[in-house]
This record gives sequence, C-alpha cells and structure tokens, in this order.
Amino acid sequence: MAYAIETKDLSRLFRRKLPLFKRRKSEGEPVGDTQALDKVDLQVNEGELFGLLGPNGAGKTTLIKILCTLLLPSSGYAAVAGHDVTKDPFPIRRQINMVSGGETSGYGLLTVRENVWMFSQFYGIPSKTAKDKIDELMKVFGLWDKRNEKVRGISTGQRQKMNMIRGFVTDPSILFLDEPTLGLDVNAARVIREYVHDWVKKQKGKTVLLTTHYMAEADLMCDRIAIINKGQVLACDTPENLKKKAGQDSTFRLEVDPLKQTEPFSAIAGVRNFSVNSDIVKNTMKLTFILSDESAVSDIMSSVMAQGAKIHSLQKTEPTLEDVFVAMCGRTLE
Amino acid sequence: MTATVNRLSLNLRAMFGRSYPRVIGMQREPSWLFFETILPLLGIAAYVFIYKGFFLGLDADPAANERLNAMIGFVVIGGTMIAFWLNVLWSMASQLYWEKEMGNLALYMMAPMSRMALLAGMAVGGMFMTGTRAIVTLVAGIYVFGVVLTVTSPLLILAVFFVTLIALYGMGMMLASLYLLWGREAWHLSALMEEPIFLVSGFYFPAKALGQSIALGASIIPATLGLDALRQLLFPSKALSGIWILPPDTELAILLVLAVLFLFLARASLAYLEVLARREGRLTSRHQ
Repeated sequence: MAYAIETKDLSRLFRRKLPLFKRRKSEGEPVGDTQALDKVDLQVNEGELFGLLGPNGAGKTTLIKILCTLLLPSSGYAAVAGHDVTKDPFPIRRQINMVSGGETSGYGLLTVRENVWMFSQFYGIPSKTAKDKIDELMKVFGLWDKRNEKVRGISTGQRQKMNMIRGFVTDPSILFLDEPTLGLDVNAARVIREYVHDWVKKQKGKTVLLTTHYMAEADLMCDRIAIINKGQVLACDTPENLKKKAGQDSTFRLEVDPLKQTEPFSAIAGVRNFSVNSDIVKNTMKLTFILSDESAVSDIMSSVMAQGAKIHSLQKTEPTLEDVFVAMCGRTLE
Repeated sequence: MTATVNRLSLNLRAMFGRSYPRVIGMQREPSWLFFETILPLLGIAAYVFIYKGFFLGLDADPAANERLNAMIGFVVIGGTMIAFWLNVLWSMASQLYWEKEMGNLALYMMAPMSRMALLAGMAVGGMFMTGTRAIVTLVAGIYVFGVVLTVTSPLLILAVFFVTLIALYGMGMMLASLYLLWGREAWHLSALMEEPIFLVSGFYFPAKALGQSIALGASIIPATLGLDALRQLLFPSKALSGIWILPPDTELAILLVLAVLFLFLARASLAYLEVLARREGRLTSRHQ
C-alpha cells in the first residue's frame, strides 16, 4: 500500500559554520553541528490526520521542511504522495501546502482576499475558482468582514485564519500544519481544529500532518500520534493506545513548595520518570511522577519533606498524553 | 501537449499573481506621486541649470541652442531611466532577500510554479510601476524645460527602450539570486552600486565623455547603451556626432545579447540557489 507520507532512516544534520579559530573536532564530529533528525521512520496513511508531538527543537519543523521539499535530508529516504522528496520534488509541490503558526507571509498593502488570491495563482488555480473558494473559506473561518481590509491592519488571530485559508484554497491532497493554533484565542483555535478535522474526515484522499505543542489538540484531533524528541521518534500509535501503554504505570501529581533539589527523585525505586514545572504566581512547584510501583509515593513524600517543603496537594490521575510524554522524555511540553 | 499548456498556464498565472502587489501598490500609496515624480524632477533641474549656465549669452547662436536642447534632453531622458535602474537595484535585486525576511520565500519555493515565473512577475510589476513614474517624469521634464525631441525612427526607439528594459530587469533577476546568497549585506551592495552606476552609465551626460574605453566597459550595465542609443535616436543632430559610444543599431544588437545573457544567468543562478537552499536549509529560514 502506498502511503501519503513515508520516511525510512531519515536523518538531517545541520552543519554550523564556525569561525576558523573555533573549529575543532570532538569525537569525530565538528563542534556546533546539530542532529535535527535521527533515523526517523514514519508511515502516514492516506486520509489520516497524523500528529507530531514534541518540544521545541525536537525536529518537527525540520521534518515538515523536508516533506515540503524545502530541505534535503542528509541521509535516508522520504516520499510524499509516492514521490521521492530528493529526486522528484515537482509532482509533490502540486499536491501539498503548508501553514505555519505565527506566519507573517503576504504583503501588508494587499487586502486579505487579494493576498490569498495571489498565493492561489502560484498553484495555477483559475482566478474565478480561487475567488469563489476564498469567499467560501472566509465565511467558514469568520473572516468575511475583514476580506477587504489590508493585511497590515488585521490582528494576529485574523492573520492566522488568513494563512489557513491560503493553505486550503489550493485544495491540496496533503496539508502540513506546523503549530497552526499557536497564539490563537480559544474560539479561533476551535474553529481551525473543527475545520481541519472535517476537511480530512468528510472528503476522500485528504491527509494532514500536524505538529503541535498542545497535548489536548493532538489528543482531540489526531488518528495517530508520533512522539518526537531530539530528532528521534520515541513512539507512534493512536492516542488511546499511547495512553493505555502509559496506563500500565501510575501517574501522581504533587504540588509542593519550591524544592532546591529534584535529582534525588530519580534514585527512588519505582520512579520511571518525572517532570518539574514551576508555578511562579503561586510560588509552588508542580511535579508529575510516572511510577512503575505505587509504593514509591511514600519515598517521594519523605524526600520532599526532608527538604523542609510543604506538600499542598497529591493526586493520582488517569494517564494523559502529557503523561506519555513525561514517561518517555522526562519533561513536559510546556 | 496538455501538460505543456497546463505548465504555461500555471506560470503565466504565477507571473500575474506576483506582479499584482507591485501594480496595485502604486494605487494604494498615492504619496508615490510626490516622492517618485516631483523629487526626481528636482535632481533633473539641477543638471539642467548647470547646462544652461554654460550656454548663457549664446541665445542667438542656433548651433548652441541645438546643443543646449540636446544636453537638457539628455538629462531628462537620463532622469527618466534612473527610475528603472533604481527599481532594478532596490526592488528586484534585493527583493528575494526581503521575501525571505517576510517569510514568503519558503512559500514561493514550495509552490509548483517555475521560479523564473516568480522573478518575471516581480520584473513585470516593477516595469509597470516604474513605467508610470518614468512617463510622468519624461512628460513633466519635456514640458517644464521645453525640450524638443525629433522622432525619426519610432519603431527603433521602442525596440531600444524595451530591449534595454528586458536586459536591465534580466540583470535584476540575476542579482536577486546572488543577493540572496550574500544575505543581509545585500542592501549595502545596492547602496554601493547606486551612485557609481549613475556616473559610469552617463545618466546625466553622454557616457563617452568618460572616454571610449570606460564607456565600453560600463556597457555591461544595459542602461549605458540604452541611454546612448535613445539619445542618438531622439537628438539626431550632426552637431553631436562624435559623442556616441557606438551606432544605435549596434547598441541594440549588444543589448539583445545582454538581455539573453542576463536571463540565462538569472535562470542558472536561481537553479543553483534552490539547490543550495535545500541542501543547507538556511536560505528559506529568516534572519540568516
């Protein structure tokens, strides 16, 4: 079966050009190089809404750039719509589009409608067809009132809606969405999520690859999710299966006074992994523990109290995608 | 056959799409009328009065009057063509760099259109926008300074004008790729090239005044030969013989060669740029 997107052993190394006097070798690798992707294997089926979940610098955008034919892999293979991204980029470009969160593309002196129309022309869409489609999408995304406003005069959220319309107006087979709801208010994000979900599910042959920071977004929207960290895919499954796997462990959340040391937790028997987040407003520390043995809780509490910190709350919770991520990466996405 | 037609249609649409912001931008910013036409006229006026100063007291001499009319005409035509040179330098050569900074370049690079269609769109839009400014400057210059033009070969004049524009914008298309490779230093290069080209291309005087060898060397900039040919054709006076670089038809032939050469180099450098962009991954990322 042909996949909409397929990668095999896909790697990407960014070589950083350093001043001559700073160049030196460290275990065979020049200082400053970044391994953005490391032997990534992925298969995304046609008609799937596939999520890539990972922190900043995990390699999500690098992967999208390679799949969008903007970047060559250092090694390995990647194919989109059955075409090799390295050898055969042109047929891919006709079938894809990409929208990034916080994108500032377009020209400020053009109106919202003109801007989207201009980008549609780069895909050869007849002007009338493009304008009709733009008007339809403007209404769906709640941008109809702003259609004749100059782009430099609209808000960030409105701009992101315009970018989404730019992505959909070319009716791509495969759409890449890189943090599409970044910085949007709840309502605008909801409109976008709903439209993307319906677009994939109500039509045949449409595929979306979505990267996001937001666990709930990935959980809600995606058929399958790949968790990526430091350029490597750590897990790839449905949100339910990922949570089930995490469910074999127990998740405990503690809110305590700020701790001076958190390293001792790693040494406690039964602690699989944990993450730490500070709440500056409440001046507390939030700890999430993934435990293979629940009896470790008493040792954790003893360790907290040994540092003279007060425990504000302790909860055992159902596993979430966040917990899956903590179990694998030892940190949260925030 | 259908594939060829589809490809042609795609690239024509892409070209039209990219030219649109430049065409419409002129209407959206009415201030251009002042900045782009009145201010250049002041620069032209300065040179006109210098030439008038040289010819003071020679009003009764028909040969002197003919020469003065030609000199003022040279300045007005040079001032008109400056608009195109500035547009090539600032709005063509630097444009891909600004597109990258704005976040548009990545979207252009992943679109299925030919990259030459993108550059051609920028060029056509630039020509249209600048053409309007140039016409206003030319008409105002002729009217204000009372220049008398002699149009004996209108087709040849049009041919020289359009081939000069194609060569100039071809050069701009080539520079656009190179400037992108050079990154954020690009606009310094534009600033560096602006005044020296005004001088060696003879925007305000016949370029041959610098010497035949310098004038021929400066002919790599299409504006040099274009201006020289246009001036010869619009002021065909025997009194001016000996101040031209080459005969106008020879200059037209060289301009044609330059136009083809620059378009070929633009295509080659753009193809190279795309390979480099994909290999190094830095050309479509901003602030690099």
